[in-house]
Amino acid sequence: MLDAYCSVGMPLMYEHWSFGKRFIHDEERYRKGYQGLAYEIVINSSPCISYCMEENTMAIQALVMAHAAFGHNHFFKNNYLFQQWTDAEAILDYLDFAKRYVTECEERHGVAAVEEILDAAHALMDQSVFRYRRPSKLKAGEAEERERDLREHDAQDFRELWSTLPPVDEAELPDQAECDLNARKARLNLPEENILYFLQKNSPVLEDWQRELLRIVRNTAQYFYPQKQTKMMNEGCATFVHYHIVNELYDRGQITEGTLLEILHSHSNVVFQPGFDDPRFSGLNPYALGFAMMQDIRRICTEPTDEDREWFPDIAGNDDWRGILKDIWANYRDESFILQYLSPKLIRDFKLFLLSDRAAQPHISVDAIHNAQGYEEVRKALAASYDVSAMEPDIQIVDVDLKGDRELVVRHAVQDGIVLDEKTRVDVLDYIGRLWGYAVRLEGIDLATGRNPYTERVAAPDEKDAA
Amino acid sequence: MIHLIDRRLNPRDKSLGNRQRFLKRARRQIKEAVDKAISERDVADAGQGGKISIPSKGITEPRFRHSSTGGNHERVFPGNEEYVPGDKIQKPPKGGAGSGGKEASEGGEGADEFVFSLSRAEFLDILFEDLELPDMIKATLKETHAVKPHRAGYSNYGTTPNLNVLRTMRNSMGRRVVLNRPKAGAILELQSELDELQAQDDLDAAQRLRAAELVNEIADLKRRQRAIPYIDPVDIRYNRFDPKPEPKSKAVMFCLMDVSGSMGQHEKDLAKRFFILLHLFLQRKYERVELVFIRHTHVAQEVDEETFFYSQESGGTKVSTALVEMQEIIRDRFPVSDWNIYAAQASDGDNIANDTGTCVDLLENELLPLCQYYAYVEILTEQEVARYAGTSNGKELWRGYQAVDDQWGKFSMKHIAKRSDIYPVFRELFAKNDKRDRVA
Repeated sequence: MLDAYCSVGMPLMYEHWSFGKRFIHDEERYRKGYQGLAYEIVINSSPCISYCMEENTMAIQALVMAHAAFGHNHFFKNNYLFQQWTDAEAILDYLDFAKRYVTECEERHGVAAVEEILDAAHALMDQSVFRYRRPSKLKAGEAEERERDLREHDAQDFRELWSTLPPVDEAELPDQAECDLNARKARLNLPEENILYFLQKNSPVLEDWQRELLRIVRNTAQYFYPQKQTKMMNEGCATFVHYHIVNELYDRGQITEGTLLEILHSHSNVVFQPGFDDPRFSGLNPYALGFAMMQDIRRICTEPTDEDREWFPDIAGNDDWRGILKDIWANYRDESFILQYLSPKLIRDFKLFLLSDRAAQPHISVDAIHNAQGYEEVRKALAASYDVSAMEPDIQIVDVDLKGDRELVVRHAVQDGIVLDEKTRVDVLDYIGRLWGYAVRLEGIDLATGRNPYTERVAAPDEKDAA
Repeated sequence: MIHLIDRRLNPRDKSLGNRQRFLKRARRQIKEAVDKAISERDVADAGQGGKISIPSKGITEPRFRHSSTGGNHERVFPGNEEYVPGDKIQKPPKGGAGSGGKEASEGGEGADEFVFSLSRAEFLDILFEDLELPDMIKATLKETHAVKPHRAGYSNYGTTPNLNVLRTMRNSMGRRVVLNRPKAGAILELQSELDELQAQDDLDAAQRLRAAELVNEIADLKRRQRAIPYIDPVDIRYNRFDPKPEPKSKAVMFCLMDVSGSMGQHEKDLAKRFFILLHLFLQRKYERVELVFIRHTHVAQEVDEETFFYSQESGGTKVSTALVEMQEIIRDRFPVSDWNIYAAQASDGDNIANDTGTCVDLLENELLPLCQYYAYVEILTEQEVARYAGTSNGKELWRGYQAVDDQWGKFSMKHIAKRSDIYPVFRELFAKNDKRDRVA
């Protein structure tokens, strides 16, 4: 069990020292009793695979199956993010390919050379997903075919008509420099949010196998991207489902009271939410919030109060909680789910309050609490905190002059004045430099004010040697 | 639809490769930590694996992430008991521990340290990396009787237990395909068609012709099937094993320790530590190294491991007795022609008057010609170290041995004064190649 979840929860993964580090770390914690093992691992493949731990008692095993094999499985198969962005059919084959490919590369080029690429790629994983355009289906190594298709398309797309356009007056054109900039940006598809994709396609120094490694890491990152955006809903859905199933089993007399109690004991541990001043507090528990929200929706559907009728006129009292929840599981992600369905009652139950910390002010101020004036604000802020695009820094590749000094320009769009962590940004930039082979510049640009709070530059590898 | 599959029999330790990769990557840091650990451990568990902590620099995985300070942050917390909108809270001082700090250190991974456990084998491997017994030359290959079967391809002859089914079936299948051996299925098909025809009562001429044809065809196929066997003796392959002599070099290490009254608790402790390290090293790196433990006061005696390391003894000091004992044991049990002989001697350097000369004489004329390597470790107190610091001078025995050291390449001597000296000195004594160059 430890084995599997240290390589990002996949039963099949290429080898890398960082997985070993995580394994050693988790093993240590487990041995000391700081951390229990997850009862189960569930994999979004087709068919969905769920691993149950051998040591679980029968009651827990039932809980785990209800949770993972039904709850998570339902969510994976029906949520739009997973449907559109991941390819459950192909993932195991792809990982198998990835593992074989990495092993082959290690045999051919040496473990150290492969590790160097993987280290750099792993550092850029978070910035290497397509957020706005849908990725292509997973396929194992068909670069050539793709290229041929592209050439054929270009050939078919040739239009004689364009050459008959009258010549344009020189003066009307924008000046040459800007023209060049735009031309090369268009040619390289800049700006590009997917850093590894850009490097894989355009890096002047990488060899083919190195590009393929980047593609593997990038595809893995892409596969996990929906999970990041739906962590709370996914767990909430699974918890709601297992809670419903075991209660149903008990009502039908298929499990005993003792079993139910054991399950409930475990269940209540999972959905426990300590307050912010509790030593056990480590952020909002996704299980607790997700489960509570879904239970709450069920309540709104079946036993609505006047407040619910006012806040949720569409669903209050319509009795079809099953349909409503299925619709929610299919069509929302964490951010939109909270924004739409966090009820005032839950805000009161959790006693949520909003703190804001502004650089200009000497104090942290309490902006909103669980009262009539605060509901909207708390809900909006909570939803925003689940927005992955806000949680992760917005970093894009904006310019490179392939014919000039080849310096790569990466821009971090600074929001709310929050800059990148100084210690790590140089290290990561260094990794980009290794993959790019020439100098790299990182600019933090505050889009609201146009200010430039920081700029970092790492020299090209050969410049460094000279120095 | 749920399928339950029992995968418990799958090989364990899938992460072993990853773990080894990690250890390799952090090798340098781990080595430092292990070296440090060995000087801090108690005698009894010097060779155990166990927890070590290494600086997390070099094994970090940097990612772009938002800085936690500066800028405007908004965050929602649960569990509000007392706050109302507009309340102001003092900002925590810069650099103070936030809520994440405590959690991190509990987990064993503080900001700068990464703590984990090494197994005993891993620990010793790292500890004794790059060390070896010098000049292991009498590898008496021709005298070894041990042979071990090694895989050596395939053969046409062999015994049934060595049958290689995969090869055999591959050959069989290739031959059947080439010779076009009729498949059982094909015959069955024709047979069933024939049966069908024969079941009918009135057959027209064409059908009768077909039936006759089928009978012939089936007979022909069956004949060919008999003629071309499913598995022919020519298909059969056996795994072949060749006996190979296992090179085994025989070596013996003599451990000579002074346990006289002049050795205080401190000195004895250091001496034992040195020998325990030596013992572990030999056990780990050399499968078959004999160990002979000799301890001496004014008399010497050969003792077993347990007594050597753990029993108390007191008396005068006469070093030559140990050397004589060693010489006798070599003569009785370890013929020089077959054995690589090593010796390590630890002493506080005291000796009774006139005996040092005897020792030097014994060493130069009797023992060193027999030995591959002889290490002498003199254990000093801190004051003595200060006295001899910067000089190559030492106590009684050291001064005597100085002449030997000058003359013999295979002799070396070192001072040890505190625990932390032991391992570096040990490394110097057994570092790879270093000594050999001197001999050459």
